[in-house]
Amino acid sequence: MKKEQDYLQDISEMRSLMERSSKFLSLSGLAGVLAGIYALAGAYVAWQILVFDPLATYATVEGALIPAELESFVLLGVLVLVFAVGSAGILSQKNSHKRKEKLWNPVTRRFLMHLLLPLVSGGILVLILIRQGSIGLVLPLTLIFYGLALFSAGKFTFGEITSLGAIQVALGLLAAWNPTVGLLCWAIGFGLAHIVYGIFMHYRYER
Amino acid sequence: MKSFLDKSHKAFESRIRLGIMSMLAVNDTLDFNALKAYLEVTDGNLASHLKALEKEAFIGVKKSFVGNKPNTRYFITADGKKAFEAHLEALQELIRSQK
Repeated sequence: MKKEQDYLQDISEMRSLMERSSKFLSLSGLAGVLAGIYALAGAYVAWQILVFDPLATYATVEGALIPAELESFVLLGVLVLVFAVGSAGILSQKNSHKRKEKLWNPVTRRFLMHLLLPLVSGGILVLILIRQGSIGLVLPLTLIFYGLALFSAGKFTFGEITSLGAIQVALGLLAAWNPTVGLLCWAIGFGLAHIVYGIFMHYRYER
Repeated sequence: MKSFLDKSHKAFESRIRLGIMSMLAVNDTLDFNALKAYLEVTDGNLASHLKALEKEAFIGVKKSFVGNKPNTRYFITADGKKAFEAHLEALQELIRSQK
């Protein structure tokens, strides 16, 4: 005959198995903080050093010429992305090692699939727009597609990711509605929101 | 206590079987290796528990090939889900009654 203690342990074990077998839990809060810092640094460089002009950029939607600094902005964006993804990868690997699990398992694959479909299609769309010289909506579109990607992958990781995705979509729509705040929305979404969520998740799940 | 024993199924007395059912309840299918990795048990031990659950018709098996390797995937049946949920409920009731 089992005792109450045993049943309680059964239940906590079952809950842990359910979570571990269906959710990608190696996501690191610190990676979020780092991504946020890279994004803020990138937005600062775009604003202060490259002198990003939102209205000139938006005018390309109506056929105006592309600002000369386009290449620098694209390069800057790619740099931020590479650093953010790199940190996330390394920290997730570390995290899964700590949990004594393999990083590359069916749960990770499912999480990435739901993340990458919206993300990659958004990325390709943005590249097509850049190629055609219609760059006015690139900032809001990166926010919107990133938000959709998080929203869809949120079911397969910590629940907070879903709401982070919704915030990014809202910021993206706001940036599309009023292009003068585009870069600000981008800095809030990719910078501030990542840092706040990262800190919250670090304290909630990694201690 | 008596009512709990009535509702609780004999098949769920083992912790490993409960673990298998828990994981299959939240995943469409899982293969043998995935179950093994999460439960940290030997092949033979896991296979015998899976067989027992299969015999109760609580879980089903899908056999296929990935390349040349056989791949066995398990899923929870409607009966299995019902029995598992009843078991969870009984557990909850038991704990509530002892508080």
